Amino acid sequence: MNISTEISDRNIKRRLLKDKIFTYGMISFAFLSSIPLFLILYELILKGYKQININFLFEVAPDTMDAMIAVSNHEIIPGGIANGIVGTLIIVGLASIIAIPLGIICGTYLSENAEDRFAGIVRFIVDMLQGVPSIVLGVIGYIWIVKPVTGGFSALAGSIALSIMMLPSIVRSTEETLKMIPISLKEAALSLGVPYHRVMLKVVIPTGISGILTGVMLGISRIAGETAPLMLTALGSTAIQTNITQPTSAIPLLVWEFYNDPNLVSMIWSASLLLLILILCLNLGAKAIAKKWKVQY
Amino acid sequence: MESTILAEMPITKTNKKLNVIQNSIEHIDSPVLKIDDLSVSYGGDKYSIRNVSAGIARNKITAIMGPSGCGKSTLLRAVNRMHELYPNTHNKGAVYLGDENIYKLNPIQLRRKIGMVFQRPNPFPTMSIYDNVIAGFNLNGIKLKRPEKDEIVERSLREVGLWDEVKDALHNRGTFLSGGQQQRLCIARALAYTPEIILLDEPTSALDPIATAKIEDLLVKLKKDFTIVLVTHNMSQAARISDYSMFMYLGELVEYGKTKQMFTMPKDNRTEEYLTGKIG
Ligand SMILES: Nc1ncnc2c1ncn2[C@@H]1O[C@H](COP(=O)(O)OP(=O)(O)OP(=O)(O)O)[C@@H](O)[C@H]1O
Ligand SMILES: [Mg+2]
Repeated sequence: MNISTEISDRNIKRRLLKDKIFTYGMISFAFLSSIPLFLILYELILKGYKQININFLFEVAPDTMDAMIAVSNHEIIPGGIANGIVGTLIIVGLASIIAIPLGIICGTYLSENAEDRFAGIVRFIVDMLQGVPSIVLGVIGYIWIVKPVTGGFSALAGSIALSIMMLPSIVRSTEETLKMIPISLKEAALSLGVPYHRVMLKVVIPTGISGILTGVMLGISRIAGETAPLMLTALGSTAIQTNITQPTSAIPLLVWEFYNDPNLVSMIWSASLLLLILILCLNLGAKAIAKKWKVQY
Repeated sequence: MESTILAEMPITKTNKKLNVIQNSIEHIDSPVLKIDDLSVSYGGDKYSIRNVSAGIARNKITAIMGPSGCGKSTLLRAVNRMHELYPNTHNKGAVYLGDENIYKLNPIQLRRKIGMVFQRPNPFPTMSIYDNVIAGFNLNGIKLKRPEKDEIVERSLREVGLWDEVKDALHNRGTFLSGGQQQRLCIARALAYTPEIILLDEPTSALDPIATAKIEDLLVKLKKDFTIVLVTHNMSQAARISDYSMFMYLGELVEYGKTKQMFTMPKDNRTEEYLTGKIG
């Protein structure tokens, strides 16, 4: 009796110690994994802040001669990345317009007909799609749109490639969200004589809207920084381009161009900083929406 | 215990079929709803309810009792065709609302005439109390003028005794109410359409005794304007508020009659065994 209590006492102390070590271990690893983000931000701000001013947002990228002169005079490089900002907005916007309805409908189908053979196939394909390298989607955009449709590089081709890329996250988040919604809600609406399509559009999807939008925002932030597929589709443009059948610039494309031009290298940091801020904002927005629009049932 | 009863079942069943079944089902004069030899299957040739025939009395409360799995919910849902939610259902027989076979009606029209309240309160979480009450109109795209809406909301909420409790919070979400209030809101939502019949599937089983008592009082009050059919697991609830009772067992309607009569002098052995707690 006595011995056993002594042992269990010692045991308890040991266990508590283990618990403590484990907890502090977790905290320090969590800290470690968040360091890279802060290092990146630190680096970008340090090197990029000089270039960021009003012109940076409203003027197009400078040509290499102007930049060379400015650099040799120790001035900041004139111009900005307005062509990239507008291009990114158009390409990402168009990709969203294509992918959001498609993804939500597809996800709704998957959650409503979870057991169907066809749903199983679709789910498998969507999962595979998630793993397709983005450069391959660029090739697809090139083959499908650039050559046969727009007869040259275009924002449309870029949007199609990116919309395929954001589809899986919308489909899966819609499916997962709608699956969690209790069937009693659907029954309530059906018992009022509401036709099935209205039940889905007016009751079920609005109830899951926060989860669906979170997926949408994460999808957008995933494609906003994509470069490889755009190189094969949108290509880039030195002017602001609003015609979607024409070559168009985008912020990540500009970063790549700056990298390749020794005179413009110092623009990399500020363009990257802006892109990173944009994506961080999208992520924060996703969090805020998830919290604010959360429906309790 | 249960297995011995099941083993004895066939013998009792055939006995009853031969002699007693006819008079253990009460005939109702000019019923509002007439269930005629109804059998319902969720797929295949296994029928979850078999050959049920009964008339439902107008402006009365009819309780459906029976052990778990005997087909109470199936019968109730077959009456407003909610069982069709499951893809492979099929049925034999008919249910008449007035002169019309409900299986020939459009389910949307049918459900406007036969409202339903469920076991767990299920107000629409995205909607305010106000919008929940008129959800039947809004969701069906029926446009009403503001004063009409106000009128319907107030009338329905008064009918369920919720008006005084929520009249200052009509535009808050319905899900912030207590369980009992939510259930009364769901009843108000079903009443807003002024259906002829209200079906309730164990509407109080998720509620505490006080909320339950309120709902029971409410149902007794509502039978003045509506016909009520109620599934309940709770025998004393059936005894307290129902005028007629059905006892179902293994998919059959074993006995149907005036509640008082059934509780004091059941005609079928199985009813008696259920009421005395021997089966179920
Ligand atoms: N969706 C379904 N698919 C297949 N079988 C079902 C389905 N719903 C019910 N059943 C079967 O039909 C029979 C009757 O079920 P029902 O839900 O009507 O019983 P109940 O009397 O309401 O039981 P409870 O008191 O537990 O609610 C049961 O044997 C059940 O297994
Ligand atoms: Mg049931």
